[in-house]
Amino acid sequence: MQWETVIGLEIHVRLSTRSKIFSGASTAYGTEPNTQACAVDLGLPGVLPVANEAVFRKAVKFGLGIHAEISKRSVFDRKNYFYPDLPKGYQISQLYLPIVGRGKLEISLNNGEESKIIGITRAHLEEDAGKSLHEEFRSMSGIDLNRAGTPLLEIVSEPDMRSAEEASAYMRAIHTLVRYLEISDGNMQEGSFRCDANVSVRPKGQVQFGTRTEIKNLNSFRFMERAINHEVGRQIDILENGSEVIQETRLYDSDKDETRSMRSKEDANDYRYFPDPDLLPVIIDDDYIEAVRHTMPELPNEKRRRFMQELGLSRYDATMLTGSKEMAKYYEEVLAETRQARLSANWVIVELISALNREKLDISQSPIDAKRLGGIIKRIADNTISGKIAKQIFEQMLTSKEDADSIIEAKGLRQITDTGALESMVDNILAGNPKQVEQYRAGQKKVLGYFVGQVMKASQGKADPQQVNRILRARLEN
Amino acid sequence: MTEQYSETIAGLSKDLRDKKYSAVELTQYFLRRIASSNKILNAIITTTQEQALAAANEADQHIAAGDTNPLTGIPLLHKDIFCTDGIRTSCGSRMLDNFIAPYDATVVAKLHGAGAVMLGKTNMDEFAMGSSNENSYYGPVRNPWDIERVPGGSSGGSAAAVAARLAPAATGSDTGGSIRQPAALCGVTGLKPTYGRVSRYGMVAFASSLDQAGTLTTDARDAALMLNVMAGPDHRDSTSIDHPVPDYSATLDDDISGLRIGIPKESFDEELDDSIATQVNAAIKQLEARGASVKEITLPNMKKAAVAAYYVVASAECSSNLSRMDGVRFGYRCEHPKDLADMYARSRGEAFSREVKRRIMIGTYTLSAGFYDAYYLKAQKVRRVIAEDFRRAFSDIDVIAGPTTPETAFKLKDKTDDPIRMYLSDIYTIAVNLAGLPGISIPCGFSQGLPIGLHLIGNMFDEARLLNVAHQYQQDTDWHRQIPEQIQPGDS
Repeated sequence: MQWETVIGLEIHVRLSTRSKIFSGASTAYGTEPNTQACAVDLGLPGVLPVANEAVFRKAVKFGLGIHAEISKRSVFDRKNYFYPDLPKGYQISQLYLPIVGRGKLEISLNNGEESKIIGITRAHLEEDAGKSLHEEFRSMSGIDLNRAGTPLLEIVSEPDMRSAEEASAYMRAIHTLVRYLEISDGNMQEGSFRCDANVSVRPKGQVQFGTRTEIKNLNSFRFMERAINHEVGRQIDILENGSEVIQETRLYDSDKDETRSMRSKEDANDYRYFPDPDLLPVIIDDDYIEAVRHTMPELPNEKRRRFMQELGLSRYDATMLTGSKEMAKYYEEVLAETRQARLSANWVIVELISALNREKLDISQSPIDAKRLGGIIKRIADNTISGKIAKQIFEQMLTSKEDADSIIEAKGLRQITDTGALESMVDNILAGNPKQVEQYRAGQKKVLGYFVGQVMKASQGKADPQQVNRILRARLEN
Repeated sequence: MTEQYSETIAGLSKDLRDKKYSAVELTQYFLRRIASSNKILNAIITTTQEQALAAANEADQHIAAGDTNPLTGIPLLHKDIFCTDGIRTSCGSRMLDNFIAPYDATVVAKLHGAGAVMLGKTNMDEFAMGSSNENSYYGPVRNPWDIERVPGGSSGGSAAAVAARLAPAATGSDTGGSIRQPAALCGVTGLKPTYGRVSRYGMVAFASSLDQAGTLTTDARDAALMLNVMAGPDHRDSTSIDHPVPDYSATLDDDISGLRIGIPKESFDEELDDSIATQVNAAIKQLEARGASVKEITLPNMKKAAVAAYYVVASAECSSNLSRMDGVRFGYRCEHPKDLADMYARSRGEAFSREVKRRIMIGTYTLSAGFYDAYYLKAQKVRRVIAEDFRRAFSDIDVIAGPTTPETAFKLKDKTDDPIRMYLSDIYTIAVNLAGLPGISIPCGFSQGLPIGLHLIGNMFDEARLLNVAHQYQQDTDWHRQIPEQIQPGDS
């Protein structure tokens, strides 16, 4: 039988605010346990939450970024359950009236060759829990509440994805978007960007969804793809053996590359949601939304379209260059320097990215900044150097701080464009190779390439190949 | 009261400024009264002698420097629901018997900032759940008018302490009548302000949308002095309301002729004790004599519907509010837990009383999947209907008057086996909390030696008018000056 996979994602994005969502404690990561948990975060008796306005701005920004409805009135609810790292015995979240309503996001597939629109059901604000530490405390658990109360935006998608690749592309698109919007650092190692995947399969053509499972806490793109693929295989095996998939929550074990059951639907908590009486409804008016709209940067998809339409870049190049905010920024800085859209795109994608990949660096750590790379490209564009020389200069720049012009001067790499000099070089080569001249004149035109190579060699690569071609032809045809 | 010491904040404040006695002497006097009477009344859980004397000493320095305000050097008691920095806040529960907050409730900080001297923390029904103060880990409070009877609850310790003049005033909290009902049963003045008028920060939450801090004093003038300090918005409580705070003392002497009083016919029903009806009617006549007019009104949902809605909303909120009492970070933890579930179950099981568990269970049930709409949402709708009833009533009246309670103080253990009968003790007060309105109970007579309370309900933020009417009534009567004989001081 042909199976179809159906995936929906819940992505938790930690919003980058200085203080917590309901208290004044710092949100800085990686400090000593429980040094950033105030009385409110500890859930001591009598304390009350007070909402941090910054989270509303960031949530609205996200909502505008996915062209969603922004709720004029949203409400915080309590999600009640007991766990030692949940200090109050409830998490403040938004169930009934989330701040961001229905929206959508276009994702790129196959290196930008295809695209697809993914529906976003909603995005709501909530507080993070603390952490339970099970090592180092013989038969006891340690609780670190530094993370308790850090603001999260939970983004819930429609079940619109049909493969692990699509799910991964969507997760990347959200990651790119929140970083463009500067509402989150998106740091996956520190848990600023985590994902739960709802996965089911159904016979191709069937309208009804199959029974789904939820895979928790996927914190890398690669693990998410692997976890989904594994889970899809598991579900298909079950169905093909005539059994039924059980609705449950599963955990992905990246060491064993498998998912395993965490709890079934029957064990699921009844969270007893109800509006938090300690907090007022969040009222957002049009002026507020407009003020946020004014702070919106160009969105990744808009930028990609502009790169294609206005700069004439290919879909692939435009997709690559808008893949992250830093990449786009780098490219736009190079472009500002060179005004050569396609040549610059080519250099960033082919030379720079492969060099960075070789060194396992990302664009923000590039040893060659945009201005220096632009310097090389400018000299190619104005024929000062050839592409081949440019690559030598690029390699040298990776380990030095010099700019292109000083390397060109110091090493005398300037292309030879003086016609007289080139003509005498050509004459020398022709004089030294009478046999090949004969062949050319007898009709073997491809010998021309041999002459060009000889001239380039003689000039140590500095001759302008186009000019050499022209002179050679003129000499040989006479 | 001995002739040496005045019995109101206003009087004591004047004497302090006139240097008739020092704040330290005054504090020592009340500490002696507490030492001699509290053994019988059990109104106070924690006495803070050392801190009190230090604060009084500081107050004396301010008085000497002429730097005073009306509460400088005035001894007070705080209900043990208000967090006090460095001093145990038990909330009447075994759960918090070892809990010491690292912060002051806003109410505590404001009163301290105004120069008041905290004498200690008063007994209460556990987590403010109860109407008789029998539901405390520290044992029942006794009514100073008859120690075989209850003082009412949940602010029973505060009411009994003020009635017995163990302090001139005390703070309380009122979720369904917890200030006004014990005030009525103990013969003191109990004010519950508008919801949001006084900050809830640092007041251990019972039912967040209903809880409101207020005062227990001998008279309305003192309540005004307290409210002047306590009222106002607080950036740490989002539900506190930024509404102008008038000088509540300034309008106490205003003429009340032309005042329009509404009498809900539902308050004078067959459950109401005849002697209470007689005294409350007499009190209303007294107000008419000062020029008020009286009109019968109807508040069709103020009793049965209100009590039902209240026990759904309050229980739902408390079931969630009390979840933080889990034995993990503070409070009681059972011995040798087997595992996490055992730790939760036994810590909570051993530390909460039956009544608290009952309400947590009711609240958990009403919020659970499939029942939420039928209970919680419906109760919230009833609540809106009740608020609308009041809004309509206030379109052509200024205050509502009636009895605070259907009966006077009942005997200890009389209702402990029948929670529904106990809940009905608050039948006239609960609707006021659901609507978020201010209410006050003032002494208006006695029945067989037991105090009776007159209940006045005001419109939103109309505390000034309530205090004005109460004060005018207290100009003509001396019910509020009566002191229970059994605890007349002999040693001071």
